[in-house]
Amino acid sequence: MSKSEGIIQAEVDKAIEAALTEITGSASLADLKKAKGSILGEGSTLAGFSARLGKLPGDQKAEAGKMVGSARSKVTEAFEARESELSSLEEAKLLEKEAIDVTAVGRISRTGARHPLTLLQEKISDVFVGMGWEIAEGPEVESEWFNFDALNFDADHPARAMQDTFFVEPTEQKLVLRTHTSPVQVRSMLERPLPIYVLCPGRVFRTDELDATHTPVFHQVEGLAIDKGLSMADLRGTLEHFARIMFGEDAKIRLRPSFFPFTEPSAELDVWYPGAKGGPRWVEWGGCGMVNPNVLRASGIDQEVYTGFAFGMGIERTLMFRNEVSDMRDMVEGDVRFSQQFGMVL
Amino acid sequence: MRIPLSWLGEYVELPAEVTAEAVMDQLVRVGFEEEAVHSFDVSGPVVVGQVLEFVAEPQANGKTIRWCQVQVAPQGVKAADGGDSIRGIVCGASNFEVGDKVVVSLPGAVLPGNFAISARSTYGHTSDGMIASGRELNLSDDHNGILILASMDLDPEVGTDAIELLGLFDSAAEINVLPDRGYCLSIRGVAREYSHATGSKYQDPVGNVKPVAGEGFGLAVQDGAPIRGRKTSQSFILRTATGVDASKPTPTWMRARLKLAGMRSISLPVDITNYVMLELGQPVHAYDLDKIKGGLTVRRSRKGETLKTLDGQVRKLHEEDLLITDESGPIGLAGVMGGASTEVSNSTKNILIEAAHFDSISIARSARRHKLFSEASKRYERGVDPKVGEIAAARVVHLLETHAGAASSSIGATFENFDEPSQIFLPKGFANELVGVEYGAAEIEKVLTEIGCQISASDGGLKVVIPSWRPDLTHKTDLVEEIARITGYDRIPSRLPVAPPGRGLTREQSFRRTALNSLAAAGCTEVLSYPFVSSGSNDLFGDSAKAVTLANPIQEEAAQLRISLIPGLIETARRNLSRGLTELALVEHGSVFIAANTKTPVFPETSSKPSPEQIAALEAGIPQQPKHLSGLFLGSRLGQQPGSKAISAGVEDALQAARLVGQAVGVEFELRQSKPKGLHSGRSADLMVGGESVGFVGELNPAVSKASDLPRTVGVFEINLDALFATAPDSVSAKPLGTLPAATQDLSLVVKSETPAAKVLSAVREGAGELLEEITLTDDYRGTNVPEGTKSLTFSLRFRAMDRTLTQAEASESRDAGVELARQRFDAEIRS
Repeated sequence: MSKSEGIIQAEVDKAIEAALTEITGSASLADLKKAKGSILGEGSTLAGFSARLGKLPGDQKAEAGKMVGSARSKVTEAFEARESELSSLEEAKLLEKEAIDVTAVGRISRTGARHPLTLLQEKISDVFVGMGWEIAEGPEVESEWFNFDALNFDADHPARAMQDTFFVEPTEQKLVLRTHTSPVQVRSMLERPLPIYVLCPGRVFRTDELDATHTPVFHQVEGLAIDKGLSMADLRGTLEHFARIMFGEDAKIRLRPSFFPFTEPSAELDVWYPGAKGGPRWVEWGGCGMVNPNVLRASGIDQEVYTGFAFGMGIERTLMFRNEVSDMRDMVEGDVRFSQQFGMVL
Repeated sequence: MRIPLSWLGEYVELPAEVTAEAVMDQLVRVGFEEEAVHSFDVSGPVVVGQVLEFVAEPQANGKTIRWCQVQVAPQGVKAADGGDSIRGIVCGASNFEVGDKVVVSLPGAVLPGNFAISARSTYGHTSDGMIASGRELNLSDDHNGILILASMDLDPEVGTDAIELLGLFDSAAEINVLPDRGYCLSIRGVAREYSHATGSKYQDPVGNVKPVAGEGFGLAVQDGAPIRGRKTSQSFILRTATGVDASKPTPTWMRARLKLAGMRSISLPVDITNYVMLELGQPVHAYDLDKIKGGLTVRRSRKGETLKTLDGQVRKLHEEDLLITDESGPIGLAGVMGGASTEVSNSTKNILIEAAHFDSISIARSARRHKLFSEASKRYERGVDPKVGEIAAARVVHLLETHAGAASSSIGATFENFDEPSQIFLPKGFANELVGVEYGAAEIEKVLTEIGCQISASDGGLKVVIPSWRPDLTHKTDLVEEIARITGYDRIPSRLPVAPPGRGLTREQSFRRTALNSLAAAGCTEVLSYPFVSSGSNDLFGDSAKAVTLANPIQEEAAQLRISLIPGLIETARRNLSRGLTELALVEHGSVFIAANTKTPVFPETSSKPSPEQIAALEAGIPQQPKHLSGLFLGSRLGQQPGSKAISAGVEDALQAARLVGQAVGVEFELRQSKPKGLHSGRSADLMVGGESVGFVGELNPAVSKASDLPRTVGVFEINLDALFATAPDSVSAKPLGTLPAATQDLSLVVKSETPAAKVLSAVREGAGELLEEITLTDDYRGTNVPEGTKSLTFSLRFRAMDRTLTQAEASESRDAGVELARQRFDAEIRS
């Protein structure tokens, strides 16, 4: 530049207007980048103003500098606004381009399921663990002593005959597949400190052929409480609480006199199931009673100080009426569709 | 036990119009289980008719029918159905004569099986009713012709209501009698219980019978070898009846009651003994007196003796069997079944009646030994009232006199050796404490008296003398049950006991849940198989010689208990495949069984707590039963779907599932390539923790898959959870996390093809030291760019130091140390 010239407002305004037109006219981020070069880059009008500023006489510099600075910031603001506008638009276009049919998205793994019989045992266990009880377990091949003798089944009791019980060979070993989970009660009484509040879920065996209502392998859950001063009222209270959690607040229980070698008095347990298919009704649920003094004695518990109650019910049976399973075979054949209709819930 | 209502009503007051259902409802309240209602199911106009004439008409089908004219009402009187008094009826039977009185079902009658009678056209006639057989009336099994009333000694007026005449109006309530209530296997006992349930007036049938005397018949009861020290017999009564006409028919009322009670009519003397047994609960045996040689001796069997029982079988006797013998030898298996040689027949003239008490265990053992479960043994096994024998014998004599023309005889024998009645002390307040009900003293005394006890006040409670028919009452808690059940269990209040603070699930129980939930979340379906397998299946994955074998399996071909869960999963997979379910990821958790030593155990007495040594001895004989968790995977892991092809399941699935189980307990498995039995020899590995194997993973041996109709590629794993849990850390100690920048490097090593990648990885990790934060295998390359017989393993390594930013030089130094160790161990070379 050979000669310095004054910078006048009109000239600056004109440059701003030209720049803004170009900025807003940019249709893409690429265009905008190009425009930025021509408006602010070397050789641009705005750059020319800056160069001229330096050559102005001192008294004009301040005013002209303000003019040029304001022009620059206006243009820069416009750039940023347009840049953000354009990038939003382009991002939106990209999203549109990336769209897929989510309903056709494939799976990345199979869908699994727990078996409802195990889930039910866990659910029942949780009810009692919530009351401070503990879960006890024991072997499935069991000594007859634990399965029968210690439970007040006399050696000549008909239940020990061949028709119900699986015996292990050679029979002199006196081993059986446990016919109930009650041997776990005996083991608990022998091993645990008093008082005892345990729940014993598990697999049991009887020599029944598989059909719609029988299976040689099934599951039970039994409860045992030994403490000072327990009575049948405590038994009823426990069962009522249990029934309400399993079958709803309106569930109630009924006791009918019965006989089991290991309890005295003994009772059959019916539950009033409000949600039963076809309307509320009484359903036979299990057996219970006060622990027979002979059983306490075999476990070394002082029957003059402690009393106890016990109860037991079939898991399969509970699942059948609670979840409307109509055929026992569905529960034991392992057809994956059976477990899968439950998934992870009961 | 089936209870005909008319019979029950003789000993306890029943409401008018009572139904079997109503009786059962009452009995359920006092502890019986309802089973069924039985009735003759005969209704409508069923009358006595007399055959006036008939014409035999041969038919084209070879049968000959009789076209009968039957008088069904007196002359000039309308029949029960409102029709004529003489009817034309077609009858297929030929066992009757003109003049015979028969049972005619008139139109409108309904016979058993909902068989409605109407006038119908048949064989060219309109048959206006039906002449009934015993079976058609549900009265007997006799179908060899129609029922001739004269054969039952009946000669009623024509037109008489046959339902009333034959007792077909009656019905029976069937209840299940639990093993402790032997006395309720009788009308006597059930009537008493009905009275307990309802408060109705009860009259003990025993009071109706006058004992008859009898002496002079030879009788010896030898009790030299009592079983378990129990008295063999408390009473043995013999009575005789002479001049019996054993061919006389059983009275219709008795026949109807026996039928409803579920017993077949056999002959009058036998029917009478059965009738008295049902009424009093006392089994009674009738001998043909003239076939007995000398007197009777009750004794245990001697070696080598045999007995032909009434069912015609010759039985080898056991030295524990209790016998009735005469001079010829055994003539009866006491309490179980009589012998054939002294059986009562139609020509029997003189009868010896035995009503005995026998020890329940002795009879139970004989019945079980000979698999002879008779009505008598059922009652003896549960306990027969020792004091009712004399009454029962007298009742039989009386019925023989009334219906069989017998004369009672004074010949007989009476053996009595009663136990002292047992006494129980019931402390005051004990029932209230055990049941939780405030029973009044009067209430307790009333119940105990009603059930037949004699009570008297004693210091601080009641002295209770037990009635002879209640051997089940042996302890004060038994009395409490009687009080509670008779006053009603409905009175028991509800109270929730508070357990001491619990410790929640055990570690193992929590682990198990986490493992199973993880597997389900990862796509596995939990199944439960039976543990019964063949020895062949056990041999596939282990040694069947170590398995537990059942003495009485349901199926002979599955007599062993599993030693692995995989055979059960294979069966389950096969079943699913047969139902068209072809993508399977099955898991199962359960016990396996390893046989223990075969010593015969010595059982501790149950009168006190066994010693630790006694318990340890018992435990030593019980098989080990570790809990296992297994999985089986076949078909597609993922089926074809948009954007991807189907992916086949295999060892990867099994390995992933096994790792999830490890993760559930905080354990990372090391893999050791191996060849477990039953698995693919080149695609299997042991799952190692701390140098110990806790399971295996791999693919089934294709031969095993093929033999089980499974596809060739089946991934499986099996983990001994007990062993795994034992290695699990009790808790996790967190390490500080480095936050300074990491340095990452890749490394490719060439090793021999057979060198396990896991070992190379371990060597690099060990050699590189603590700066190496993570190492993963990213590629396993075999092909043209590496020498024959080798492979290139590529690892991705991440290094980090806790205290400084690592330079690449430091990272490389650490890596090189890793490479060096791999070189030393496996000749690994960095791939150039």
